[in-house]
Amino acid sequence: MVEYLIIPVIKLIVIFSVFLLIAAYTTYMERKVLGHMQLRYGPMRVGFHGLLQPIADGIKNLFKEDLIPENADKTVFVLAPAISIAVAIILLSVIPFGPPIKILGREINLYLANPSIGILFILGFSTLGSYGNILGGWSSGNKYGYMGGLRGSAMIISYEISMAFAVISIIMITGSFSIVDMVNAQAGVWNIFKQPIAFLVFLISGIAELNRTPFDMPEAESELCCGYNVEYSSMKFALFFLAEYIHMIVFASLVATLFLGGWHGPAFVPGVVWFFLKMFAVIFLCIWVRATFPRLRYDKVMKLEWKFLLPVALLNILVTGLVMALL
Amino acid sequence: MKETDVIHVSKDRPEKGKYVKPLFKGLSFIFKNFLTKPVTLQYPTEKTQRSQRWRGLHRLEVDEKGELKCVACGLCARICPSEAITIVPYEEEGKTRYPKKFVINELRCIFCGFCQEACPKGAITLTGVYDYIDYNRTDFIFDIEKLKTPEKLSFKGK
Repeated sequence: MVEYLIIPVIKLIVIFSVFLLIAAYTTYMERKVLGHMQLRYGPMRVGFHGLLQPIADGIKNLFKEDLIPENADKTVFVLAPAISIAVAIILLSVIPFGPPIKILGREINLYLANPSIGILFILGFSTLGSYGNILGGWSSGNKYGYMGGLRGSAMIISYEISMAFAVISIIMITGSFSIVDMVNAQAGVWNIFKQPIAFLVFLISGIAELNRTPFDMPEAESELCCGYNVEYSSMKFALFFLAEYIHMIVFASLVATLFLGGWHGPAFVPGVVWFFLKMFAVIFLCIWVRATFPRLRYDKVMKLEWKFLLPVALLNILVTGLVMALL
Repeated sequence: MKETDVIHVSKDRPEKGKYVKPLFKGLSFIFKNFLTKPVTLQYPTEKTQRSQRWRGLHRLEVDEKGELKCVACGLCARICPSEAITIVPYEEEGKTRYPKKFVINELRCIFCGFCQEACPKGAITLTGVYDYIDYNRTDFIFDIEKLKTPEKLSFKGK
């Protein structure tokens, strides 16, 4: 009873609320860091240095008028943000964010589930999340939204491949699909030192899959005037936004778990702190990249994937296999 | 157009053909920006310094006894190109003239500063206050009380 119902429910509530709060404050972090990188302050008005800004944004979004355009396919239009956010939140369930801890003599694992195919689960569901974007863009009956959706699907088809290949090399040296096993295998040397090329490929294709700035094809503001979510307003838009940020958090924690050693680190602070430090470092990197690089042209984005990242990832797998066979 | 007039930007670019180094150059530049202090101001609470000659809201000057310097000669009302000033003078026997009513319609005013130049007593000056806001058009028709302290009317946020 306690093992199968109460503990998972408590974990569920904690993970859900903590990660949603983190997602809300990641928007604050992004605006603040981006502001300072552009020599301005970012939000300053709501609360001390704008600390209540995410809450104010949430309230504002709730009270905005909820529009459904006349040309829209109404069922799909309403369904799309729900798919987007639901799939994003499901991803949080398999992320291990700390070593097992003891509470009241009971050992508690700091993850909701540890399926033996954990990494495949994440890859599959993160791809499913782009259905939200594609359907949302298609159903809004707007040419810009449609274009954004098309571009989103093209990005997913391309960059998922190199991302998966980068993960395959990690699977090869770990010998397991479970994310917890991957973290445990990094107790000595982090994977970033064993697989630097896979790390780079994973980072680039991950940022591309998040549709963040150097690769933000589906929502290129200057070309598509906002992309797939152009017709969305009110809380539906906020759900898309939140899903995007949860995807970013999941991506950051994936980089932390697969390459940066997860919760491992010098023992003077607990593992959970190490995990979140690494996660926020990766999020900071994403924002930094966004502040620096301009958007690539659409054909160059495709060229980068098919002519550079994919061959490099394939070669990396080959070399890894050779080295493993020879040693 | 001669051949020498054309500037070939992309011909001898030092970065041409390089892909990785410029990326890190950009990243380090942005990180330096991240560590420097922002150059923007928090507007209603922090403001830039106005020029000494800035022509903002009017002030009616008072002398050391706290009485208006204005003698209600009407020169400012006469010279005002947009007829924004209305003066009703009042005079008692043996005493100085003073304005019973001095009304400036700040919506009509074009802030040319002619009233300041025409005044023989230096009684009306233009201050640096440029951001007065209010809810009604009638609030912009200033009487003597408002004209004595225009600095109070500057916008300071909530």
